[in-house]
Amino acid sequence: MAGLPATARARRSPAAIAAAAPANSQVGRRAADRSFLALCLGITSLTVVILAVLLITIWNDGHGRLSWDFLTNFASRKPAEAGVKASLWGSIWVCTICALSALPIGVGTAIYLEEFSRRSRLTSFIKLNIANLAGVPSIVYGILGLTAFARLFGMASADDPITLGNPESFFYLQLPFGHGVLAGGLTLMLVVLPIIIVSSQEALRSVPRSLRTGSLALGATQWQTTWNITLPASIPMIMTGAILAMSRAIGEAAPVLVLGVPLFIRSTPTNLMSDFTVLPLQIFNWAGRPQAEFHELAAAAIIVLLAVLLTFNAIAVVLRHRLQRAAG
Amino acid sequence: MQNAAAVSTAARSAAAASRRGTARSRAARDGTERVIRGALLGCALLSVASTFTILVILLAQTGQFLAMPEVSAWEFFTGTTWSPLLGAEKHFGIWPLVTGTLLITAIAAAFALPVGLVVAIYLSEYAPPRVRTALKPVLEILAGIPTVVYGFFALTVITPFLHDHVSESFGTYNALGAGIAVGIMILPIVASLSEDALRAVPRSLRDASSALGSTRFDTSVKVVVPAALSGIVASWLLAITRALGETMIVALAAGGLAHMTANPADELQTMTAYMVQIFLGDAPAYGVEYRSSYAVATVLFAMTLGLTIVGNLFLRAFREEYE
Repeated sequence: MAGLPATARARRSPAAIAAAAPANSQVGRRAADRSFLALCLGITSLTVVILAVLLITIWNDGHGRLSWDFLTNFASRKPAEAGVKASLWGSIWVCTICALSALPIGVGTAIYLEEFSRRSRLTSFIKLNIANLAGVPSIVYGILGLTAFARLFGMASADDPITLGNPESFFYLQLPFGHGVLAGGLTLMLVVLPIIIVSSQEALRSVPRSLRTGSLALGATQWQTTWNITLPASIPMIMTGAILAMSRAIGEAAPVLVLGVPLFIRSTPTNLMSDFTVLPLQIFNWAGRPQAEFHELAAAAIIVLLAVLLTFNAIAVVLRHRLQRAAG
Repeated sequence: MQNAAAVSTAARSAAAASRRGTARSRAARDGTERVIRGALLGCALLSVASTFTILVILLAQTGQFLAMPEVSAWEFFTGTTWSPLLGAEKHFGIWPLVTGTLLITAIAAAFALPVGLVVAIYLSEYAPPRVRTALKPVLEILAGIPTVVYGFFALTVITPFLHDHVSESFGTYNALGAGIAVGIMILPIVASLSEDALRAVPRSLRDASSALGSTRFDTSVKVVVPAALSGIVASWLLAITRALGETMIVALAAGGLAHMTANPADELQTMTAYMVQIFLGDAPAYGVEYRSSYAVATVLFAMTLGLTIVGNLFLRAFREEYE
């Protein structure tokens, strides 16, 4: 009812009459508004439906294969005996190495750019470079990892590696790294580094300027201010970004594939040079076979992978919730 | 409260510093400061080093590839036959791989760019807060799903659907199924980045538009979207970059036949899928096929880098500032 008098008034006003072409009438525009809302609702429900179909089909395909044995068996040519033990442990090792290397370097870069750098050509070049790195396909990072870590630029021969330490210990090293877990973790570090840098920069930027100036006015140095004030205030947001970056790392298959890891492996890593495979690569391997049994295995492995990711995301949500409560 | 606590920590650390405040300790403190600054700069330079190393590796290997007797640079950049593994005579013309990549990307973009923008407009302009809080996690989950999962989805759900309900001509591997899966993968990128851009448009513009008698549709399409256009286009370009470089979906669902086709029901090979084929060990290391994957990677890298630079320039040149 409220719309009617308004329409009547609009019709009477000469300016409105002049402006309103017949097709552009109030009624027509309201109809356009309603049909656009219907379009929005339809398309938005489509995304929900896609997600639902995706999750339901994978659950239907894979849940029959899920069991404790599936988690504790190695991959096998016989589908009934196959499991994800090697790839699950491989993913855990590689992601731990990725987190331990990417976090300090990524946060360090963000701190440099936000807290220490002066406006200079070097700074803007580094920023431009990071923006461009974010668009590099992950398979290209795989090539970088292959050349830089797995082969050490050809400086040491793979047939006659330089060894440090005892193969029994977990920190046993050999140069070049070959396609062991260390090379895999460092390659994934390259993939997620731009993500961690950008999200940490945003976290540091969200800390109010007044806190920094207060600290500096009391005589603290730039680093004392960063370490005691800025970092503690921004750590929940940095961690949220880091968790999202790690969920990217755990789902990446292409860069690890380029390293040339063995596709069929029946052992878990014991040191930094151990052979490994990761969950996404195991899924790729099973999904690429024509037999339906292997597709069921792929679906079951996807359920395991999504469960790990969901746990990561739940942690991120809890952190963000705390952050919002602390801020508000 | 938190701020006060933080400042008192600062006061304590500053006081601790001044208690030791002789000239020598100040020099030591400045020394520490310089060391830390240097270490942080080192972290930052590492990312520059990785770009530089990628460039050097790709260009050096491509140079070696093009210098091999079986290969000619002219054929590589203009040839329309890509047959490195088959037959006695090998051909290295990059165009079948480039057109394959572009067809997949075009299908993905045709699906994801409009759909993502509509979802973004709905979330930012129409959705009640409760619907918004329910929908955001859906997009986040879609964004977090590993691409190999989308590849599996294309292979086991999308392609059978196309075969049964659209046309019998869709085989196990086809461009449309893979392209749609890539589209689903980049949809959350478009939706959330465009939504950020739309929400950054100040409320006053919307209020002014409604005060002039606009419907929400008029306001969205004639005021808010144009004001956020630079951000929307940047999200589109980022999504296209992702689609170009996507690997696991096309390796699983698009097939391995490198040929020039515009038929979405055909099997085809993209640049990334060729690299997967080589690195999975179909070719002896240091042979001409192996080196060719680096040349393909160089072309892919040039395309994505070009798009990223265009996106950043666009964002900078057309950004509308509102205070």
